[in-house]
Amino acid sequence: MLRLILSRLVAGVFVILAVATFSFFMLRAAPGSPLDDERSVPEAIQRNIEKHYNLDKSLWGQYVHYMKRMVFHADLGHSMKRSQTVSEIIRENFPKSVILGVMALVFAGLFGTVLGVIAASKQNTWTDHTSMGFALFGISMPAFVLGPILIMIFSLSLHWFPPARFDGFASMILPAATLGMIYMGVVARLARSGMLETMRQDYIRTARAKGLSERKVVWKHGLRLGLLPVVTYLGPAAAALVTGSFVVEKIFQIPGLGFYFVASITDRDYPVLTGVLVFYSVFLILLNLIVDIMYGYLDPRIRDQR
Amino acid sequence: MTTATQTQGSATEPAQPARPTVSQSLWADAWRRLKKNRMAVICGGIFAVVCVFSFIGPLIAEWFFGLDGTKQRIDLGATAPSWSHWMGTDVLGRDMMVRIMEGGRIAIIVAFVATVVALVVGVSWGATAAYMGGRVDEVMMRFVDTMYAFPRIVFVIVIMSVLETKSLVLLFALIGAISWLNMARIVRGQVLSLRNREFVDAARCLGVPTTGILFRHIVPNTLGPVIVYATLSIPSVMLSEAFLSFLGLGVQAPTASWGTLVTEGVTQIAVYPWVLIGPGLIMGITIFALNFLGDGLRDALDPQMRKD
Repeated sequence: MLRLILSRLVAGVFVILAVATFSFFMLRAAPGSPLDDERSVPEAIQRNIEKHYNLDKSLWGQYVHYMKRMVFHADLGHSMKRSQTVSEIIRENFPKSVILGVMALVFAGLFGTVLGVIAASKQNTWTDHTSMGFALFGISMPAFVLGPILIMIFSLSLHWFPPARFDGFASMILPAATLGMIYMGVVARLARSGMLETMRQDYIRTARAKGLSERKVVWKHGLRLGLLPVVTYLGPAAAALVTGSFVVEKIFQIPGLGFYFVASITDRDYPVLTGVLVFYSVFLILLNLIVDIMYGYLDPRIRDQR
Repeated sequence: MTTATQTQGSATEPAQPARPTVSQSLWADAWRRLKKNRMAVICGGIFAVVCVFSFIGPLIAEWFFGLDGTKQRIDLGATAPSWSHWMGTDVLGRDMMVRIMEGGRIAIIVAFVATVVALVVGVSWGATAAYMGGRVDEVMMRFVDTMYAFPRIVFVIVIMSVLETKSLVLLFALIGAISWLNMARIVRGQVLSLRNREFVDAARCLGVPTTGILFRHIVPNTLGPVIVYATLSIPSVMLSEAFLSFLGLGVQAPTASWGTLVTEGVTQIAVYPWVLIGPGLIMGITIFALNFLGDGLRDALDPQMRKD
């Protein structure tokens, strides 16, 4: 187990360095310098600004400086369009994205599990087909179509939820549902196949034989092993959640990190673009490590293998 | 991880060298199973209709109805669906149906080209890793594992927004370049179970070079799962294209794609809902149909992977 964690950590450090290098060179490849502005400034000031941004150094010098600042000061540079550093933007806006992401995952986990378990326990009936059809619908419906349609139905026609605002729980329900829909579908499918396999195990027969109620067999004994595939999915899900948040935060005007990431695309705010990329990499690598460890604890077979 | 190990066993079927007829009957068998899956057949039909709609539709619209996806009629403006414009018109008076058809053409072409790119990279990567084995395999697959946990599309976003060219070819290549991981895993699993077979030994004895063994003898035997995952990757690639277009990084105006159409629609949803609902619905249906077809193909071609 310890070896696994260590090797993952070492690999993670390399990946982050690679991503940071990539983002540095993308920054350099970006057209225009950060100092391009309509105003012309006196020569001396121009030089001073260049010095401030280290543009007077060689490419290698700039690279070393960039990496040093990132590693030792967690400093990802300064936004070109806002009077904030990239770290400030992340610190201020990422928590909102996390709230949204967690709500989406809870939505997906809850409904997906229920849907999948019900489908598995009524295998090859209409209940099964309908649930799986619904799951596939969730996977197929792009968030940027689903989101506006939900707004149209629940906000503009029924007035149940605010269309696009960020205050309180009610305003987060539609975004979380939009974001979680895909994962709900995937979770439902994974839970179904996991449950089908589990319910054939000997220990389930034992549970039945000792006279447990079917509900207890399914929801207590079956679920435990049947949901393991869902846990493995959490890693990729977190990665996809990040991308999903770009769309959902844009549609619902939630001032999360995804919203700023998208804004930095249209603003051509390259330091934010690449800085946030590095931040996401660190975040996801740590998250995946946690998922791996969690999986090891849930399934002793995996833990001993490594 | 689970997929790789599960599919390993399924390769037992394609390669039964003793009786050449068996490999034929695999396809016939798969076809029979697919036909029995009524939903999959219907979904295949739906996709065929969407293809005809997207590729032949614009021609018919132009020849018989004089409709053109780029011709603007500002005087007309946005109109709700009617007999002369079945799916309405957008703010600039362009016929929505023709625009959706043309958008579909782009979406389908992107999906196919990017899937082919993913196919070539994924199959080569997976096959090489499995065939080489040992250290090479470990390094190559660790790379895949690491990339798997990443929102790879973010790289595409950064590259597309930083580089000034917004060429479609670059878009195809980049989307393909991030979509091959699954394919590599599947192929690796297949090749691992195939590489110690007698027919591979026989080829090696005859002096066939490694690449020859790999691509002439082993890869063709992995075709079943590869077809399945190629089918399943088409809808996800379509989503990626639409997603990039939604962010303004994919297909550029005046060329329409489903992504750009939906993006336009989102801004006008309260006033002209049909501008969103038309393209959104057709795109959703297409992706749904392709996913369903992919599932059906998996059940048919890869019985061991069946969801029961």
